[in-house]
Amino acid sequence: MSYLPFVLAAWIFLVGIFGIVRSRHFIHLVVSLSLTQSSTYVLLLSIGYVKHGGAPIFKDVPLGTKAVDPVVQALTLTDIVVSVTVAALLLAVAIEAKKHAKTMNPDELRPVRG
Amino acid sequence: MSRRARLALFGIAACGLAALLLWSITGLPKFGDYHGAYGKILDKAAPRERQTSNVVAAVVFDYRGFDTMGEELILFAAVMGVAMLLREPREEEAPVPEDPVRSDALRAFGVSFAGATLVLGLWIVAHGYVTPGGGFQGGVILAAAFLLVWLAGSYRSYRRLTPVPIVELGEGTGAGGYVVIGLCALLIGDAFLQNLLPYGVAGKLSSGGSIPLLNWASGLEVTAAFVLLFNEFLSERAVLIDPTRRPS
Repeated sequence: MSYLPFVLAAWIFLVGIFGIVRSRHFIHLVVSLSLTQSSTYVLLLSIGYVKHGGAPIFKDVPLGTKAVDPVVQALTLTDIVVSVTVAALLLAVAIEAKKHAKTMNPDELRPVRG
Repeated sequence: MSRRARLALFGIAACGLAALLLWSITGLPKFGDYHGAYGKILDKAAPRERQTSNVVAAVVFDYRGFDTMGEELILFAAVMGVAMLLREPREEEAPVPEDPVRSDALRAFGVSFAGATLVLGLWIVAHGYVTPGGGFQGGVILAAAFLLVWLAGSYRSYRRLTPVPIVELGEGTGAGGYVVIGLCALLIGDAFLQNLLPYGVAGKLSSGGSIPLLNWASGLEVTAAFVLLFNEFLSERAVLIDPTRRPS
């Protein structure tokens, strides 16, 4: 039980990669990648959790109250931003692939010749 | 490689990876039993040292402010990348198609909801360093308010509301403003991004020194970046649904 959140993160990660490997559509691939990345949010937040700790926000809460780790929460914020930018770039590439190769299936893309 | 072979190879690799992950998990501290020193120190120090009641915001915009600058520039570069990828082949702007939402109830609901979302976004940005929130979170909500105008109104009114030169100016000001605030600290002889304004009293909107400025800069940057992304993707859609100009 005390390791369950970490196991959950590992499971989300593996399911996401499985989605990427068996993907037949670029949009599906991007969503799978976002899922894979979201496993890191679960991992970071569960590592920083302190039993019975509140949010690390001390508005109307006395200083020194038990709180969870603020550093991993800030890292999660960075993580989300990076994940969104990657998704946006990949979706733009998917639109280009649709225009040039007339397909959204990664398997049907021919190797690029320079 | 055939699809079946690829999946089989993945199956073997995934089993190995799963085993390694499980093995590494057993080496982690138990859930809820974290002993990281920095978080504990910051929980105690940030509200007193920086007068910032939201310690996460203090980490993002002060203690780790330099990283956040990198994060903002990542967002900036990615949005520029999307714009360059999608704009170059789109030689001229497609005529804006007429696609207004016909249902009056949906329009009324959407427009009033857009206003409420806008206020919520501003509130989340403004109080980001006092209560939960911040420039990044509020910026996304603000961008969603603009998107609601397209969803419940029409593409035409969305485009009129978000002229590209102004959105681009906002994005540049947000990203550049963050760097300029950092450089101001250098000018007066402190380290780059050193918190240089008076800290005020924790829990007040005027608290945190430079944190509110950096917070608003990132809020502007995130809002403009997302609106610009929506613009680019919606322009693609406009080309696709315009019957006279199908891309070859």
